[in-house]
Amino acid sequence: MTVLTLALFVAGGSFCAGLLGALTGLGGGIVVVPMLTLLFHVDLRYAVGASLVSVIATSSGAAAAYVREGFTNVRVGILLEVATTVGALIGAALAGFTPTSALAVLFGVVLLYTAIRSLRPRVEHTLLTTPDAWSSRLRLDSDYPTPGGRQAYSVRRVPAGFGIMFGAGVLSALLGIGSGILKVLAMDQVMGLPFKVSTTTSNFMIGVTAAASAGVYLHRGYIDPAIAFPVMLGVLCGALLGARILTRANPEWLRKVFTGIVVVMAIEMLYKGFTGSL
Amino acid sequence: MTEHAPPPRVSDDAVEQFIGRLLQIGVLVAAAVTLAGGILLVAQHGRSPADYGTFRGEPYYLRSLTGVLRAALSMDSRAIVQLGLVMLIATPIARVAFTLIAFALQRDRVYVGVTLLVLALLLFGLFFGIA
Repeated sequence: MTVLTLALFVAGGSFCAGLLGALTGLGGGIVVVPMLTLLFHVDLRYAVGASLVSVIATSSGAAAAYVREGFTNVRVGILLEVATTVGALIGAALAGFTPTSALAVLFGVVLLYTAIRSLRPRVEHTLLTTPDAWSSRLRLDSDYPTPGGRQAYSVRRVPAGFGIMFGAGVLSALLGIGSGILKVLAMDQVMGLPFKVSTTTSNFMIGVTAAASAGVYLHRGYIDPAIAFPVMLGVLCGALLGARILTRANPEWLRKVFTGIVVVMAIEMLYKGFTGSL
Repeated sequence: MTEHAPPPRVSDDAVEQFIGRLLQIGVLVAAAVTLAGGILLVAQHGRSPADYGTFRGEPYYLRSLTGVLRAALSMDSRAIVQLGLVMLIATPIARVAFTLIAFALQRDRVYVGVTLLVLALLLFGLFFGIA
């Protein structure tokens, strides 16, 4: 394969990943690395570098649309970013001496977990307005717009959320993903933020987390222009188109298709990891 | 306005909208530079065989900010792509920097400190990396 044909195929695949990721809300970042390594036999380190750059593009590109709706909790985001950026820098340091087979197994587990979460119906939790010591001291409580006016909410279990975010940062750097599912889980299920606030704040944080490790990988020579440019432009175009047609599409069957792809990739990643053939 | 006007406060929403718009422009500019470099790259090197199965690491001039900038100015296609990617990595960092200014305008000392810490970690990663 020549540089040109590889760029064209990778751009096409990345476009589909970005489109499906935006339409299903699962993010395209999670399938970019398996696509590059399993389908195009790109070394895992180049794949992680390219994927992280595309994660930043979709996060920053989507941010403007979200903030206009006034959902992001900036204080929660920036506070938890201390945990994700420290995690990302540590993850980037660990990546240098983690065997590829171990990373492949870890990737397979994360893919499987993503598939399980995407199939489980989301349970809306009730919002609490009882004050919490950490949350009051750090002034994390806020409100967000609903059809019935602005709804106030309290934040709880800040240290637990902080700990999960550290893990999300490590995973993001090691695997080149946004870790959006883990970030939303920490805010929505553990800290009690409304789901919409959790997803938009998570999106705000994803770009910052990925920027921390992408900077490190640039210095370590993981970011190859010929691989990263079709991935970044492909995922970005796919995600922007996906966000535009989201209202007209039916995401339910798409979600099943995407979950199916994720499961196949998970099995192959686990197999390659255990046999040491990646 | 009265004599006892409170210190100037900037609403979170207004700041966020401004920052969001700025981020979007940053992404578009970075994508345009990357696309220009990418077209040049495939025009110059498109026919050479693609071999990314083994990791060799990028040449040193594509690993540092000064190296990328210098080579991009002399129209090296790979460096132009890399410059676009560096600009993209810089957009969330710029967002954190603007959030810092917003907290400073609100005289929110705790969050000025928190945001400074995040910004320092990001700049450390971008400028020095971890050897």
